[in-house]
Amino acid sequence: MSNAATTEAKPAAPAPPPVEKIKIKVDGREVEVPKMLPNWQGKLEATTMLQAVQIAGGEVPHYCYHPKLPVAGNCRMCLVEFGTPMMGPDRKPVFNEDGSPKIAKSVLPYEPSTPRGAIACATPISPGMEIYPNSSATKQMREAVLESLLINHPLDCPICDQAGECKLQEYSVQHGQAGSNFVEAKVHKPKAVDLGPRIVLDDERCVLCTRCIRFTKDIAGDDALGIVNRGSYNTIAAFPGAKFDNNYTLNTVDLCPVGALTSKDFRFQMRVWFLKETKSLCTSCGTGCNTVIGSREGKVYRYEPRQNDAVNSTWMCDSGRLNYKWIGREDRLQDVLVRGQKSTWASALKEISEKLSKAASGSVAVIASARQTTEELYLLKKLATKLGALTDSVARMGEADKLLVAADKNPNSNGARLTGIAGAELGSAISKIADGIHSGAIKTLVVFGDDVTKAGISADLLAKLETLIVSDILPNATTKAAHYVLPGCAHAEKRGTFVNVKGRLQKFTKAVEPKGDARPEWEFLHELVHNVTGQNGFISIEGLFNQMAKEVPGFAGIEWAQVDDQGVNTIS
Amino acid sequence: MPQEFRLILKNADLPGYAPDMECYLRHGGYEALKKAVATAPRELPDGKKQTSQEVIRDEVLKSGLRGRGGAGFSAGLKWSFVDRRSGKPIYLICNADESEPGTFKDRQILHKDPHQLIEGMVISCWANDCKLAYIYIRGEMPKAAKLLNVALKEARDKGFLGKNILGSGFDCEIHVHRGAGAYICGEETGLIESLEGKRAYPRIKPPYFPAVLGLYMCPTIVNNVETLCHVKHIVTMGSAEYAKLGTPNNTGTRIVSLSGDVKRPGYYEIEVGKVTLGELINHENFGQGLKDGRSLKAIIPGGSSSKVLKAGEVFKLNRKGADGQMTKVDVPLLDLPYDFDSLQQAGTMSGSSAIIVMDDSRSMVEALANLSEFYAHESCGQCTPCREGALWMAKGLHRLTHGEGRKQDADYLQHIAQNIQGRTICAFGEAAAWPVLSFVKKFREEFEARGAADEAKHASGGAPMKMAASPKH
Ligand SMILES: Cc1cc2nc3c(=O)[nH]c(=O)nc-3n(C[C@H](O)[C@H](O)[C@H](O)COP(=O)(O)O)c2cc1C
Ligand code: SF4
Ligand code: SF4
Ligand code: SF4
Ligand code: FES
Repeated sequence: MSNAATTEAKPAAPAPPPVEKIKIKVDGREVEVPKMLPNWQGKLEATTMLQAVQIAGGEVPHYCYHPKLPVAGNCRMCLVEFGTPMMGPDRKPVFNEDGSPKIAKSVLPYEPSTPRGAIACATPISPGMEIYPNSSATKQMREAVLESLLINHPLDCPICDQAGECKLQEYSVQHGQAGSNFVEAKVHKPKAVDLGPRIVLDDERCVLCTRCIRFTKDIAGDDALGIVNRGSYNTIAAFPGAKFDNNYTLNTVDLCPVGALTSKDFRFQMRVWFLKETKSLCTSCGTGCNTVIGSREGKVYRYEPRQNDAVNSTWMCDSGRLNYKWIGREDRLQDVLVRGQKSTWASALKEISEKLSKAASGSVAVIASARQTTEELYLLKKLATKLGALTDSVARMGEADKLLVAADKNPNSNGARLTGIAGAELGSAISKIADGIHSGAIKTLVVFGDDVTKAGISADLLAKLETLIVSDILPNATTKAAHYVLPGCAHAEKRGTFVNVKGRLQKFTKAVEPKGDARPEWEFLHELVHNVTGQNGFISIEGLFNQMAKEVPGFAGIEWAQVDDQGVNTIS
Repeated sequence: MPQEFRLILKNADLPGYAPDMECYLRHGGYEALKKAVATAPRELPDGKKQTSQEVIRDEVLKSGLRGRGGAGFSAGLKWSFVDRRSGKPIYLICNADESEPGTFKDRQILHKDPHQLIEGMVISCWANDCKLAYIYIRGEMPKAAKLLNVALKEARDKGFLGKNILGSGFDCEIHVHRGAGAYICGEETGLIESLEGKRAYPRIKPPYFPAVLGLYMCPTIVNNVETLCHVKHIVTMGSAEYAKLGTPNNTGTRIVSLSGDVKRPGYYEIEVGKVTLGELINHENFGQGLKDGRSLKAIIPGGSSSKVLKAGEVFKLNRKGADGQMTKVDVPLLDLPYDFDSLQQAGTMSGSSAIIVMDDSRSMVEALANLSEFYAHESCGQCTPCREGALWMAKGLHRLTHGEGRKQDADYLQHIAQNIQGRTICAFGEAAAWPVLSFVKKFREEFEARGAADEAKHASGGAPMKMAASPKH
């Protein structure tokens, strides 16, 4: 299964004890399940049959149900046969001869020979209930729903972008019947509807589960989508003349269980089964939404949100999601440059090490970037301490929204604070550094990942420096002025951690190889620190992290191995 | 002699009777409301104390009044389910959407005697602590909506509505809300959604039982027009007297809409269960028989959604003998007492009490095609089985009635309908499936013959079968 929070999401973790439990049976097996579980908003509510079956290790197929959305109960795919303890006329339970409670299977009141299913997604369990998610009656109901969903479906899987991630395809194979009885003309609906700047809708593929409507209204807070027409002609649409355009529209593509909603950015780019999936983080703001990077042969094709209830639930914003193209840009820095000439890592690092080793204390300043990893910032801080250097990093502020987006546009401002490379207020020491350069006290400047000409150090000031050492990913005015250019890596090309705006430490892993001579910054920083300080560090990210966590109070000795996919809170 | 018993329609058709306040007052109007608000609290023999409101609610329960909208559910029980501890307001909604094909009874009240409904509603509001009530009226009844608004103003002016009603300290407002022409707005939770300004998508139950999570997620009572009118008479007569009308468990009177192939179609108010289906169709006080030279073929007994009954059918009904013992008795179709329980035991329902009579000139295939097209058009489309199944059945029937039928279409239709009933969000699923299931079951030969004829025609060199026929909506 995919790591991305696409069509599926895990239910939120159960609330802490004491948990009242009730006993039920699932396919004849007794299980104890909590009486209450968190609903889509995390509030405790009566446990549903669907949740109970999941706890029992089973699965109830479903389309409209999603643990993070209000329950709609419209697809009827989750219908299951069930029974409850039989009550006598005296309202007391009735028992079988062996002493077990007699179970009254639910039947149609007007046709008692026919089982009546209940929708597992919305029906609460009760003590002694028996659920039959695999009985022949349940299977028949499921088959019938699938048959109904398919009668008007175009079945154009070969040209559908959802193929491979499609719940209709998947369930048809698992739960469908061989042939359909349908011999009528299909209903035709609009194809390739331009819903908004990022979304295309194929109404014929839509199963009308309303996930997209509910997400947009109840999560994104934008009452933009609805249904027009009636019955079989029902059609998802935006309001006439209005565009489906908020910063969360692409989540509906993830939520759509079929190929009805597609991303203009991704559609027809790549068959999903060719994509390699890598757990990562979004770097476009300090929220640090958990992501899955879809890549193939060194190229990033898409970001998708990955579930982390402590951070982003199962969502991410459109602007963060689409901010990946720079990774593959043609003008990425790929060469080590020494005074404008292509050089090698060995000779550039040797020269730099010698220069820094000789530098008088206080004559060097370091401007790091809060887009760097915590480990890199730690190494830079080590270097700066040895050199008696002033340090800071560049603040990048913008607007926040109510759902996910943070005002802090750096992914690791808290990492910069915790490692001590920056103070509480990022950028507050930059004017001091500028003064130092101006006065001639600062002769060497080390810049990582930011164009300082836009952050208070003008190109004229840079020109006064004896040595300007710059590491970056893309060319800018600062790299242009540099004596040494050290090509670095996008987060997708390396491993490391960020600390988000709420102080949560999160890992990301490598999806693609860097281009040309570019190297992960922590690798060459490790060499520099060794050369300049004489200290031997760790050459693995795990060792480096553990060393940092021991030395830096904010990390309180967290071990790399303790930081799982969901991250941990730092003490800050 | 079987005859009408006019309680609700006692005045409506009197010569010169007008829907205005003066006329209503001249005929004893609003006396029941006065009696209701003057009701004294009482102590029951077991020592339990009842407030004045509880007394009225208890009266409605004891009267045995069953809902006249379709399901025939006890009104008193429904009221007893209302969550009175939530701290939220309790709403009353009058369902005046009357859209079930064949039904034309509520509109008699709405057009001719609106004050009777208002009086019934204010009493019901008083008894249930509702300060706000709505009349959700079918969009196609603009005149009734206008009349209701005039009547509401008159009631306000007279102090029967608004602040401090009749000096009782009770405040109550009623608003009229017009629907926009969809059958599904008559389903109570679809109605509530529509009233909230949304698409009339019926709600799932659980959790959205109106008595707990109804209008604006507050406790809500939804009752039919006729049901609410009965409340007035229960207060006037007292529950014991009222319960003498009709038959046990099927008390009071009911307005029957009689249509189809009878000489005198119309609406007839009867004591529930005191008149048989046969009398309603044939007696000179009612339908006055089939058209000359015609014989009975089928009866749709409770609105278009109810299962059809076939001429000549005999049913096994539970009857209490003189010794008090229950026995099964054979009851022929035309001897079925027209009430809730007998029709249910006959495998159908009295529904909205609309009887549609079909004589031997009628094609069951054509009739069903017509009905199915209605349901395909009116399915709200929210849930899969009904959304897809309703149109699927209509398309199949369209084919069968347009020369493209197959012998297997009887099974085909039954397969579709079977997969709808009991699997949907609202009872519309049954409403759409039951006509198909019952027509095909009881008149299978007719469906098969029609399909076989088409197949034979095609086999003998007619145009090739094309399965593209579909109804236009
Ligand atoms: C599809 C559908 C349509 C309905 N239409 C009406 C209607 O037009 N009028 C009505 O009173 N009840 C209608 N009902 C029944 C209502 O849901 C509800 O049961 C009724 O208004 C309750 O009132 P009562 O208990 O007084 O009968 C309909 C039900 C369904 C499933
Ligand atoms: S577009 Fe997709 S998510 Fe929206 S209702 Fe249709 S199938 Fe569901
Ligand atoms: S909210 Fe921030 S971290 Fe999340 S996706 Fe958007 S830009 Fe990225
Ligand atoms: S049963 Fe039909 S009318 Fe009722 S909710 Fe489902 S689709 Fe709508
Ligand atoms: S998952 Fe759709 S009805 Fe339960």
